[in-house]
Amino acid sequence: MIQLKVNGADQSFSGESEMPLLWYLRDILGLTGSKFGCGVGLCGACTVHVNGQATRSCVTAMSDAAGKEVTTIEGLNKNGLHPVQKAWMQINVPQCGYCQVGQIMQAAALLSSKKKPTDHEIDEAMAGNICRCGTYQRIRAAIKAAGGEMA
Amino acid sequence: MSEIENVSRRRFLAGGVIATGALVLGVRYYPRLLAGKKLPEHTNADRATLHPSVYLGIDSDGTVWIVASRSEMGTTSRTTLPLIVADELDADWKRVKIEQAIGDKRYGDQNTDGSHSIRSFYDAMREAGGTARFMLIQAAAKQWGVPAAECETDLHVVVHRSTNRKAPYGELASAAAKFPVPPKEEVKLKPKSAWRYIGKGEVSYDLEALVTGKAIYGMDARADGMVYASIERPPVLGGKVKSFDDKETLKVAGVRQTVPIDPFKPPPAFQPLGGIAVIADNTWSAFQGRKKLNITWDNGPNETYNSDAYKNELRATSHNPCKVVRNIGDADAVFAKGGKIHEADYYVPLLAHAAMEPLVALAEFKDGKATLWAPTQNPQAVQDIVSKELGIAKEDVICNVTLLGGGFGRKSKPDYVAEAAVLSKKMGKPVKVVWTREDDIKFDYFNAVASMYMKAAVATNGKPTAWLQRSVFPPIPSIFDVNAVYGDPAHLQQGWTDIPYDLPNLRVENGPAKAHVRIGWLRSVANIYHAFGIQCFTDELAHAAGRDPLDYLLDVIGEPRTIDFKGVEYPNYGASMESYPWETGRLRHVTQVVAEKSGWGKRKHGKGTGVGIAAHRSFLTYVAAVVEVEVNDQGEVRIPRVDVALDAGLVVNPEATRAQFEGAAVFGTSVVRSGEITATKGVIDQSNFQDYPVARINEVPAQTNVHIVDSDAPPAGVGEPGVPPFIAALCNAIFAATGKRVRDLPITKLGLS
Repeated sequence: MIQLKVNGADQSFSGESEMPLLWYLRDILGLTGSKFGCGVGLCGACTVHVNGQATRSCVTAMSDAAGKEVTTIEGLNKNGLHPVQKAWMQINVPQCGYCQVGQIMQAAALLSSKKKPTDHEIDEAMAGNICRCGTYQRIRAAIKAAGGEMA
Repeated sequence: MSEIENVSRRRFLAGGVIATGALVLGVRYYPRLLAGKKLPEHTNADRATLHPSVYLGIDSDGTVWIVASRSEMGTTSRTTLPLIVADELDADWKRVKIEQAIGDKRYGDQNTDGSHSIRSFYDAMREAGGTARFMLIQAAAKQWGVPAAECETDLHVVVHRSTNRKAPYGELASAAAKFPVPPKEEVKLKPKSAWRYIGKGEVSYDLEALVTGKAIYGMDARADGMVYASIERPPVLGGKVKSFDDKETLKVAGVRQTVPIDPFKPPPAFQPLGGIAVIADNTWSAFQGRKKLNITWDNGPNETYNSDAYKNELRATSHNPCKVVRNIGDADAVFAKGGKIHEADYYVPLLAHAAMEPLVALAEFKDGKATLWAPTQNPQAVQDIVSKELGIAKEDVICNVTLLGGGFGRKSKPDYVAEAAVLSKKMGKPVKVVWTREDDIKFDYFNAVASMYMKAAVATNGKPTAWLQRSVFPPIPSIFDVNAVYGDPAHLQQGWTDIPYDLPNLRVENGPAKAHVRIGWLRSVANIYHAFGIQCFTDELAHAAGRDPLDYLLDVIGEPRTIDFKGVEYPNYGASMESYPWETGRLRHVTQVVAEKSGWGKRKHGKGTGVGIAAHRSFLTYVAAVVEVEVNDQGEVRIPRVDVALDAGLVVNPEATRAQFEGAAVFGTSVVRSGEITATKGVIDQSNFQDYPVARINEVPAQTNVHIVDSDAPPAGVGEPGVPPFIAALCNAIFAATGKRVRDLPITKLGLS
């Protein structure tokens, strides 16, 4: 039996310990905000926070999530929108939107440790998150806007 | 009552499949209701108090329901089309609720591809809004006992100015519903000066849902009692299962059973590919069980396909005379005279779509009816293929359209939805088929590989006196007809037969190529390779003549004129030549605008840096791009700046349009940097983002400036036209920076990255 916290609530899981966290969140808990994009940690669509760190849930086994605190987009901010989500709306970032949950989780983790990242730091933090629609220019602008808001 | 307007020739191919190209509309169908006539009530708009059109309903509380009949994959069409309705209705956008249509022919064409949603439905949307507004005015006029001509509308109200009376739409809805739906001729549309939303635009109706994870994509669809399926498909197109052993699969926790799917009968069209489906309690168990399958395949004749050898075949074909698709003067006579002749071979490999949401569909077959939830660009094609596969009537196929996590043309082909439907019928319960990324890349309908041979004789000033171009590529119609080997007019028109240069001698040819994989539409389609070949060859000629590429490009485009396509099969993207003539002056204009905005010729470019330019018309939109690059000693390419100028006629949603052109530059960057699908013995070599990389944030243009040219021309496309000229301009910039001419994509072949 694996115990963990998801968005602040205690959960226990008795299935296969190798099951990736992503499929536990999506298929078992019904939290479908985190997306499946590649299954091998190459695209970032599945990004969640594990103990506050941006983590690819598609390559994180349930056994590795045991005892940890997992935050998904559904639990990113208890009261209204997170500053990153607000900035995403203000800059009108999404096109299809499928990757944006992962982008937002990655950006929120970046900004929690660094309020005013440089372009280079944004590149380093965000290069693992693919957007096939090509919204990168706006992602960069939104991170800067959100950073200004959070500072 | 329906009005059917034939806007272009319909093309029927084998099996009754309509080959619409990426674009040919076939029939434009504007359904209107007669007052009192009962139609099926699928939407809240249908059920609303006043519903003068299938696209629109108004409730007595003032809520305006607008039906989005086309699919949302990121282009904002689900918002922009309703915005046109709201404008003509004078509706308050905050009181508009958008609902997504199921697949139903009463909405007209729903295949959201070919960059024609606004173009083809602009009039229909205005008519829907204008009709409702007309009826609301009638109701108010009757209530007040004044002539309708004295009444007008303001935001969500009808007003009678001289008596200072106002009536909100909601209160009038019931009375308005008693009036007959007026004939189209009586409905007066608003003048441009009165537009509220058209030309100003609006952000996506779904914006908040998109940033909170609440938006529902196909991947997120769920049904009570559903099971999950992952399918091991024949690795070679047309292959079959010879034998299989699922003993180990059935031992995997969560796996319920395996189900064989029949191979397709050629041509493939949109049929399932066949294979063995693993059915499980969750997605991961299905994936794990699938890995344990032991299958022996009969690969069939496509086993001989190797992309390297195929490339050589295409090139050899292009070096010999092919089918002439357009001719002016006598190019051969000029070539025979000798003088300065320039030749080049250009090549673009197969490309995969790789939308962020892998293919997925949920189906429930029950009581003889199939209900589907799918991220599809074409719900009516879903109805067609599912009705055929299950042997039920089309009306018994209910296709719900979810949001799409990207489409780029792949999700116009509903093979994956058919798989779910077939499995649900066999299982007797809802089945969700989830493709892995590896499936998504290996079993794509690829953008065609193309080889192009270019030849020009030039005068002393470098200007071509004769021009020959041959393209050879496996055509999209090959998915509907195994014998199709030549390019069809719908794809030859895409930047090939319509080369816009003022040339005294021109021959445009196309050669045969047999397909060994499924070929399909991908964002801008044949324009990708055609614009690359023509616009980069033009740049070569400019440099060979020692001339400025901008000056040279304007020179070959020539003076403003309308291209005469007499004797050429030129479908013009399904639009009439009267409404959408090919005007070289507009191409010139965007070229001049982008040159000015980018500071062409004015900014200094040091060692390892350079700028490139290209211009191209596709999907009836004129676009020119200037790309600036820096290439270091290791051959690493950076793109500090891109400028794009576009003339898309009337632009309804400028903000969404800018986003499309920013995205097109990123899409084009992937093509140039790393886009390449290859095959060995009929099996696709690539599988995921490690071997089919797409551009990441550190590899894309740092800044893309989009310049929209004001135009009173009718609306044209914006989703695709940004891709082709960007690709060519980027390659031309790389030449300017390095002296390396990109003729084979991607640039890794030149040692660049």
